[in-house]
This record gives sequence, C-alpha cells and structure tokens, in this order.
Amino acid sequence: MSTIAQKKGFGGTIWDFLTTVDHKKIAILYLIAGGFFFVVGGLEAVFIRVQLAVPNNDFVSAGAFNQIITMHGTTMIFLAAMPLLFAFMNAVMPLQIGARDVAFPFVNALGFWLFFFGGIFLNLSWFLGGAPDAGWTSYASLAIHSKGHGVDFYVLGLQIAGLGTLIGGINFLVTIINMRAPGMTYMRMPLFTWSTFVASAMILFAFPPLTVGLTLMMFDRLFGANFFEVAMGGNTVIWEHLFWIFGHPEVYILILPAFGIFSEIFAIFSRKRLFGYSSMVFATVLIGFLGFMVWAHHMFTTGLGPVANAIFAVATMAIGVPTGIKIFNWLFTMWGGSVKFTTPMYYAFGFIPSFVCGGVTGIMVATAAADYQYHDTYFVVAHFHYVIVGGVVLAILAATHLWWPKMFGTMLNETLGKITFWFFFIGFHLTFFIQHFLGLWGMPRRVFTYLPGQGFDFSNLISSVGAAFMSIGVLVLLYNIIMTSVKNVKVGNDPWGDGRTLEWSIPSPPPFYNFKQLPLVRGLDAFWLEKMAGKKGMTPAEPLGDIHMPNASFIPFMISLGLFIAAFGAMYHKNHAWGLPVIILGLLVTFGSMFLRSVKDDHGFHIHKEDLVEDNEKGAKA
Amino acid sequence: MQAEEKMTYEKWPAAPEKSTLEAKNKFLGFWLFLGGETTLFASLFATYLALKDKVPSADAALAKDLFDLPLTFVATMLLLTSSLTSVYAMYHMKNFAFKKMMVWLGLTVLLGLGFLGTEVYEFSHYVHTYKHTFTSSAFGSAFYTLVGFHGAHVAFGLCWILSLMIRNSKRGLSLYNAPKFYVASLYWHFIDVVWVFIFTVVYLMGMVG
Ligand code: HEM
Ligand SMILES: [Cu+2]
Repeated sequence: MSTIAQKKGFGGTIWDFLTTVDHKKIAILYLIAGGFFFVVGGLEAVFIRVQLAVPNNDFVSAGAFNQIITMHGTTMIFLAAMPLLFAFMNAVMPLQIGARDVAFPFVNALGFWLFFFGGIFLNLSWFLGGAPDAGWTSYASLAIHSKGHGVDFYVLGLQIAGLGTLIGGINFLVTIINMRAPGMTYMRMPLFTWSTFVASAMILFAFPPLTVGLTLMMFDRLFGANFFEVAMGGNTVIWEHLFWIFGHPEVYILILPAFGIFSEIFAIFSRKRLFGYSSMVFATVLIGFLGFMVWAHHMFTTGLGPVANAIFAVATMAIGVPTGIKIFNWLFTMWGGSVKFTTPMYYAFGFIPSFVCGGVTGIMVATAAADYQYHDTYFVVAHFHYVIVGGVVLAILAATHLWWPKMFGTMLNETLGKITFWFFFIGFHLTFFIQHFLGLWGMPRRVFTYLPGQGFDFSNLISSVGAAFMSIGVLVLLYNIIMTSVKNVKVGNDPWGDGRTLEWSIPSPPPFYNFKQLPLVRGLDAFWLEKMAGKKGMTPAEPLGDIHMPNASFIPFMISLGLFIAAFGAMYHKNHAWGLPVIILGLLVTFGSMFLRSVKDDHGFHIHKEDLVEDNEKGAKA
Repeated sequence: MQAEEKMTYEKWPAAPEKSTLEAKNKFLGFWLFLGGETTLFASLFATYLALKDKVPSADAALAKDLFDLPLTFVATMLLLTSSLTSVYAMYHMKNFAFKKMMVWLGLTVLLGLGFLGTEVYEFSHYVHTYKHTFTSSAFGSAFYTLVGFHGAHVAFGLCWILSLMIRNSKRGLSLYNAPKFYVASLYWHFIDVVWVFIFTVVYLMGMVG
C-alpha cells in the first residue's frame, strides 16, 4: 500500500496542508493565499478608482483614501505578487532541475507560514482601528507621526512576512546549487530556474536592509527611540535610503521571475529553442547586479546633490541595456518559429509592447533633471503600473494558465482564458495609459480628490472604466478556475504537447517524490531533446532505489504563530499592561518551537523500492 | 553515508560537517544566511555612522566622552579568545574527540558569558553616569541598536551552543549532529568578526572624535 493512495477526510486534508513540507503543496498554499490577497488588493484598487472617477467625490473620506492606497500598494507587492511568484517557483523550479524537493523542506513551510501570518496581521488593521496610511513606502516623515496603530501594523506585519521571504530565498539558492539532477549544469538550467536563482540572491541581500528599516521604525514608534525624530538628532532620510536599497532590488525581484516565465512560454509555443540562451542568462545576472546600484533614482528630489543624482541616473539607464537584449531575444525566438496561440502565448504577446512602454517611461523618469517634473505625479504611477502590471501581473496570469495542469492535473479552459486576457489587457491600457498624460498635465499622485475644470475629469473617468474591465477579467478567471475544478478532466504528463523542460516529463500532478528515478539531463531543454530522439520519457540516471523523504511538521506553523502573538503585544504594550506578557508569551512560543525542532531528531523516512514499483503499475493501469 | 549511523574513529570522514546531502545543504545555506546577516549589520553600521553624536542638546554625552578603552579591550579579548576556543572545539570534532570538543565548547560559552557581562556593565555605566540611554537621543538609539543587536546575537549563540551541548551530551558525535556543531561555530566566528568592526568603527573611531 503506498502512501499517496491513502484517502483522507476534510479534516485530514486541512491537517495535511497545515503540516506539509512538500514543495508542491506549499506552492498551492502560496497560490491560494497570494490569490486571496490579490483579490483584496484588487478591491482596494477598485475603491481608489471609484473615488477618483469624478471630481469632488466623497465615496471615501481623505483619511480612508490614504489607508486604501497604502494597503493597495503594500498588499499587491508583498502579499500578492511575491507569494504568487513564490507559488510558481515552488511548484516548478524543483521539477525543472530534477530534484525530489527543495533543500530545506521544513524551512520552506516556515517561510510560507511567516508570510501568511504577516499578511493576516497587516490586514487585521482594517478591523482594529484603521490601516496604515503613510503610503506603501511609509516615509518616516509621515509615518512617525501617523496617529493610531496603522503604521505599527505595517511595520510588524511586514517584518514577519519579510522574514518568510528571506528564508525562502536562501532555500531556493541552496536547492539550485546543490540539488540539480545529474547532467543539469548551470548552463542547461531553464530560464525560469535561472531567474529564480538570481531573484533569490537579490532577496538575500535586499531584504535585510528592509528588516533594519522596519526595526528602526518599530523602535521609534513603539519603544521610544529617536532615529527619525529630527528634534532629537534623528534623520528621516535614513529611512528613504534603507527602504529603497531594498525597494529597487525588490522591483527586479518581481520582474526577473516574470521574465523567466515568459522565456519559457516563448520557447514552448514558438516550438523553438529560446534565442540567445547564454545572453539571456548573462542579462539576467547583470540586471540582478545593477539592480543594487540605482536605488537613489527614487530620491532625485530629496536633495542628494547633482553628483549623486547624475551617477544614479546613468546607472539606472544602464539597466535598459540588458533589458533590451531580452526583448530582442524573445522577438527572435518567435521569428521563424511555428507559433501556437494559446492563452499563455496571448499574455506573452501582450507583455512585450506593454513592458516596453514601461521601460521607456523608466528611462524618462531616470533622467534626473526631468524627474523633478515627473516625480510624485501620475506619470510615475503610470510608469510603475506599466512595468508591474504589464510585466509581473501578466506573467503571473500567464503562468497560472501554463502550469495549472502541472499543479492540479487539469487544464483551465482556453476560451475563457482568452476572454480573461482581452478584458484584462484592454482594461489595463485603458486605466494606465491616460495616467501618463494626467501626470504630465500636473495631477499629483496620492490625492484623494481633485477640483473640476482642470482638464482631469474625463481622463480619470476613462481610467476608472479601465479598472472595471480588469475586474471583469479577474472574475472570468475565477469562474474558469471553479468550472475547471468541478469538471476536473485529467490530463497527462505533457498537456500542451510542446513541453521542453523536465517538469513536463512526469505526471500531472507529480507524485510526492517527483522523480522515481532521477533523470539524466543531456542538454538544454532536456525533455524536448529526448522527444526529438524519439523517446517517450527521460533516461534514468540511477537504478530504482529507496527514496528518502522529509517528515511533515506542525512546528513551522507554531513558530510563525508565536511571532504573530508577540506582534500584538509589541503594538499595544505602551497603553495596555497585558502588552509585555503577550510579547513574552509569543516569543516563548516561537523560541520554544525552535528549541523543540532542534532537540527533536528528525531523520525523515524512506519510501521503499517495492512501493514505488507498485505505484508505477497503478499509474500504468489508470 | 547515513546520518544516523553509529560512528567510530575509523569510519569518521575527513569533513564530517558536509558528508551527507542534508549536511551540505545546511553548510551552504548557513553561509548564505551569513551573507544576509552581513547586509543587516552593514545597514546598522551605516545608520550608526549617520547618527553618531547627533544629540538634542549641547550637554549630552558624545562618543568621545563615553568610551573607555580598557573595558572595551577586555571585552574584545574575551570574545576573540572565545573564537579561538571554538576553533579548537571544531578541530576535535573533526578528530572524533567528543569529550575534548565539549570541553572547548564549554570554555567558549564561559568566555562568551564574560563578554556579555562586560557589555551589561558597560551599558548600565553609560545609562547611570552619562544619562546616555536608548531614548535620550538619536545617537543613543543608534548606538544601543547596533551594539545591542550584536549582543543579542551573542546571547542567542550562547543558548544555541549550550542546547546543542546538553542535547548531545549523552550520545556523542554522529554525522547528524556534526554539521549542527559546525554551523553553530561558524555563527560564533561571524559574531566575532562583527565585533572587530564594532570595535573599530564605534569604539576606536569614537575615541578619536
Ligand atoms: C528600464 C527600467 C526602469 C527604469 C529606468 C526605472 C526607473 C524608475 C525611476 C527613475 C523611478 C522614480 C520615479 C519617481 O519617483 O520620480 C521609478 C519608479 C518606480 N519604478 Fe521603475 N524603472 C524601471 C523598471 C521598473 C520595473 C521593472 C519595475 C517593477 C517591476 C519598476 C517599478 C517601479 C516602482 C514601483 C516605482 C515607484 C515607486 C514609488 O515611488 O512608489 N520599475 N522607476
Ligand atoms: Cu527603482
């Protein structure tokens, strides 16, 4: 009797997910939680656009508006885009390198639960006296004096979620370095794996500055420190630096995996090897490197002086070069290929012009002198939505369609997929294209309303209509997901028929040990090579043997829960006597669980050869 | 090689800290983690330098009034020596000499405790004699945060090494716990290196003015 065939009740399934250390299940958790926060952030966006649809509107108050825009940005970046990308990294990257799991399955689960509790904590602010309202960048000059506990929720929630991301990044790095299948050299790794690798390295060096920034702000707001209190010798520019030393790499942490996803899609559906593979790898690494040297382009108007501004402007524009290389490689991949117009390919097509627009406005705002004009206007809002929605979100939607069958064993409906695409794509351009002009005409960002007769009225209305289109697109996607899950038509290993990389060589969804025998990789696009050689699957690199697997564990949940509790104590300890005991209690739960983990031996278990053979036969019959 | 296997001196590999895949992963993952920790401390150092001597009034104590070389010297010697003793401990670990490793680890812990003791004394001295506190100025916040973060790392490292020692006191070395000891000692060295920078940037540069 094999372990996978066991039937579980509903409670059993829940417990299974609470304790799982399997990268494929953790991927599903990330997908669900990230999807949930994407919908929450989307609702906030709709509220923003309703408020701004007409001049002098009073749909929400000025204070509520500040909370909504702050939470929209924070939620979308930290709780939607990052986890959704992590979902695909978890689901696909280990399969692409031919590994049975990630290097630290336990840490992987811990990373998820930290993110999850951090996100919940942040969003509980809505019900506990008001959300953060100092913008997603939470500049200290505003944040320090923000009333209530909103900014405390921001500081503590992001701290917890950020820790999860950091350990997730380390985990992916070690996985890619140590766990590649025989023959999977670095220069044979699929581009999605490469971009996961570079993005993880960026996480490793970008998140600690954020950790420090958040800690300083927590100390200031909750423990009486004076880092940003100018009267006490403090300096608010320190926050700006720390935030952007994290913040700019962060935007590349988001876009690189998106580039990776589109690289896979262009190759699969052009049915042609990715053009310029080595230059793609090179460009990815170079972008990762340069991404750390440009943070002050967010601070051109802070007053760092002309020398600093000039250096950072030039460095910023330099990133356009490797990005341009990528754009041309994608175009040349399609050139002469036999292109198949599937839903993921629609997104890939839509991505190129959208992202190029964002890149062009990027160079415009990188021109320091000109940025004095653009800064803090809707022009910047248009810029970053073109790169983030036109790049990252389109990639996430594309990946959802591309890898859904691999994750769940059933295909999303193609017609509905294309309907989603058209609504979303048209809505996106409708919403954000006009915002370039609103910015150039002088409409500042982050204002809760505007007066009629300044030439903003009609353009804002168009923008709001676009938001409605995008919402319809998302609703169609949700409908598609529900219908597909209800019908649940099972598919085989390679449902698109054109899979190139290792994940398409194993069942959908894969068995929990992924590869019964580790595959032998003979080149780039390993599975495609075997198919071209007339084989049905990969050649095994090892004889059938026992497989070592990690044990499930509830400890990751407990460690994260402890921090969640402690965060409440920290937030209320100034005004409530129970604060300090709650901090201590929470930390005890966390450190106690860590202690338990370290003293309790956990050797994992073995799946025996005989059980594997049995699974195989069952699979063959089905 | 199996992690649970009972070990003898003859079977003990040359690099017990990375002889299984789990151990290799742990080894590499920990180095990467230290890379992240480096950026963490770099950010704290930058903050400290930006806020050094930034105080609200002219009568507040500055770096050059506060620091006292003999005390810092004692603290530095304690911590540097503890790094050396942990090297000896790892040397014995590689030779499968469990008892000796434990003795040297014990010494490391004692020296670390001594360091923490001087630090506690030092902080309370600043607070009582100079009214230099965490909340008295931006300088105070930055100083206690940087040096305190390091102190918290020392305290965490002590608890970590101690719990490893207690947990494994009865059962000796195996390929399962060897990497754990090794990684803890790496952490200890890292703390030491950070201190060298604190000693230079905070104390020496502080006294020069
Ligand atoms: C060629 C590439 C790019 C260049 C040259 C560039 C340049 C810039 C500059 C100079 C700013 C500051 C504008 C201002 O505040 O006045 C900015 C803002 C921003 N960029 Fe980009 N960018 C590029 C690509 C990207 C990408 C790929 C992303 C994300 C995936 C991104 C996300 C953002 C965000 C979120 C902001 C606004 C942050 C805020 O103030 O709230 N950018 N960009
Ligand atoms: Cu930037």
